[in-house]
Amino acid sequence: MAIVFEKTKGLTDKPTHYCPGCTHGIIHRLVAEVMEEMDLLDNAIGVAPVGCSVLAYEYFNVDMHEAAHGRAPAVATGIKRVHPENFVFTYQGDGDLASIGTAEIVHAAHRGEKFTTIFVNNAIYGMTGGQMAPTTLIGQKTTTSPYGRDEATTGKPIKMSELLATIDGAAFVERVAVNNPANIRKAKKAIKEAFKVQLEGKGFGIVEVLSTCPTNWGLTPVEAMKWLEKDMMPYYPLGNFRKPEEVE
Amino acid sequence: MTKVLMKGNEAVGAAAIAAGCHYFFGYPITPQSEVPEYMSRELPKVGGSYVQAESEVAAINMVYGASGSGARVMTSSSSPGIALKQEGISYCAGAELPCVIVDMMRGGPGLGTIQPAQGDYFLATRGGGNGDYRLIVLAPADVQELVDLVMEGFDLADIYRTPVMILGDGMIGQMMEPVEFKYQQRTDLPEKDWATRGKGKGKQKNIINSLYLEAEELEKHNHHLQAKYAEIREKEKKVEVYNIEDADIVITAYGTTSRIAKTAIAKLEKEGYKVGMIRPISLYPFPNEAYEKINDNCKGVLTVEMSTGQMIDDVKLSLNGRIPTYFHGRSGGMVPGPEEIVEKVKEILGGGK
Amino acid sequence: MAKVKGRTTFEEDLCKGCGLCVTVCPVNIISLDTARINKKGYHPAAIEEMNKCIACTNCATICPDVVITVERL
Repeated sequence: MAIVFEKTKGLTDKPTHYCPGCTHGIIHRLVAEVMEEMDLLDNAIGVAPVGCSVLAYEYFNVDMHEAAHGRAPAVATGIKRVHPENFVFTYQGDGDLASIGTAEIVHAAHRGEKFTTIFVNNAIYGMTGGQMAPTTLIGQKTTTSPYGRDEATTGKPIKMSELLATIDGAAFVERVAVNNPANIRKAKKAIKEAFKVQLEGKGFGIVEVLSTCPTNWGLTPVEAMKWLEKDMMPYYPLGNFRKPEEVE
Repeated sequence: MTKVLMKGNEAVGAAAIAAGCHYFFGYPITPQSEVPEYMSRELPKVGGSYVQAESEVAAINMVYGASGSGARVMTSSSSPGIALKQEGISYCAGAELPCVIVDMMRGGPGLGTIQPAQGDYFLATRGGGNGDYRLIVLAPADVQELVDLVMEGFDLADIYRTPVMILGDGMIGQMMEPVEFKYQQRTDLPEKDWATRGKGKGKQKNIINSLYLEAEELEKHNHHLQAKYAEIREKEKKVEVYNIEDADIVITAYGTTSRIAKTAIAKLEKEGYKVGMIRPISLYPFPNEAYEKINDNCKGVLTVEMSTGQMIDDVKLSLNGRIPTYFHGRSGGMVPGPEEIVEKVKEILGGGK
Repeated sequence: MAKVKGRTTFEEDLCKGCGLCVTVCPVNIISLDTARINKKGYHPAAIEEMNKCIACTNCATICPDVVITVERL
């Protein structure tokens, strides 16, 4: 008899505040498991964002900072410069990273800062009650796009991975999804590769994780997973956009 | 140690490094760009790190990260850039992160001018960012004092776990004067066992944070901060006082303006006027007791500022109506001349000495 | 080759009843127990026919609340 799956030591025992079916919990677990497997729990310093995952500092069983909205990459820069030997990561949502924090993420990548960003894209502002994000899909109804997102006045959803992949300092850029067990396992692999890129000093790494928001999408958790697959994934294609040659 | 001739802005950098600050996050803005220039040149020599941030907003948040990691860290800017830093300053105050922030003030509001001014007094002493917090604000009047206050600022920041602002102006940043560096780190500095270094190195998991979702908890935290500020008010007031026991009029001014006021006082004394002076060195905590000690026969307290009147509020609060107050200010980059002050004093005293 | 047997346990009071585990079980043995309500007020996920479990870990992989432990027997 062998335990083949149990809760990682990378997570604290505090139950999360996330809504039922919210995929933040899955992504937290993946990040925590990879840190445990790579023996980083005593060494890691994480940075939590503002948004639904604002309390991530209570869930990851490592030293944490809580950053101002969008500023996690700047905070991580400060941490990494002081502790170049420590493993440093940011965990950010799409309002945080793709809206208010675009300058910080672009320039952290541009400087080739040696930390890793986990970017959770669920196409909406969750914490504040389901407002339109830069990542909201065309036609998607939110509390600030009640008629559906209109391209003429709000533009098209921003593709952060594609954007960041144009920057030489971004050594690793990959988009994954957590809509089913197979993709969740692939997501974990990508997170591990991105962490390796940091540990090998190769530069900045980011894993964009397509995620759900059942509550603000107005769907059940199961329907939300289907919407992610049918509506989000065609617009936000999965795959690696950039990696160092040695990381295979 | 021998004295060296240094520009104020460069002296800021040298003082910080002498005080063990090896991390600087900045952004160019006139009239303080020599600070980041100096740090970019000198920090690599001491194994430190200089980052030219993408904005002042990013720079102060880098300070947050570095300070939360246990390092002595500094940023500098001038008024519009300091306005941008307010977000991070409030977070540093809330999370109790020690750091030194230098503001070489220029004229405002808005883009204003690159000429010197003192229009950031409210921003510095009232807390320009959101919430109930204060900074220790120190206002040097010459380059040596600038050096001394930067070095002491790091100690004060560590002792009280609070951001410290050095409030200078374009004039002091650009001025060249002989200085010496005599930093003696205080022996009572607390251990930074709250800093993040990876929990394997610390005693427990550390979290750097200013979020308290429970109202009760946040109020408790605010009371804790206020108790700290009360201790700062009790122990850290700095002021230069001259002849207030006997004066018919007291001039009060800080920083560059205080130097001009001193020239005016010398002139007035030659003409037989009895003029006193109060020069606050710490603007927060404000040295209110000095004003309480002004003799009862004093006919007025004249506040001189390179603004349209900001410190005068604290002067009035300190005097509590006991002595009439007057104001002379220039703004927009205009610097008051000693003659203007002499004239104003004569006007107040009505020609009577 | 003998079929792998497994045992899946739920930390029931932490379950939020989202039902994602139900959809990914290849042998269709997980359901939300509508007869019971846990401490959080949800119908928790449960397995009746544990002998059919193949320890694939799909349910644990997709569980957002990390309430599932899987053993291979």
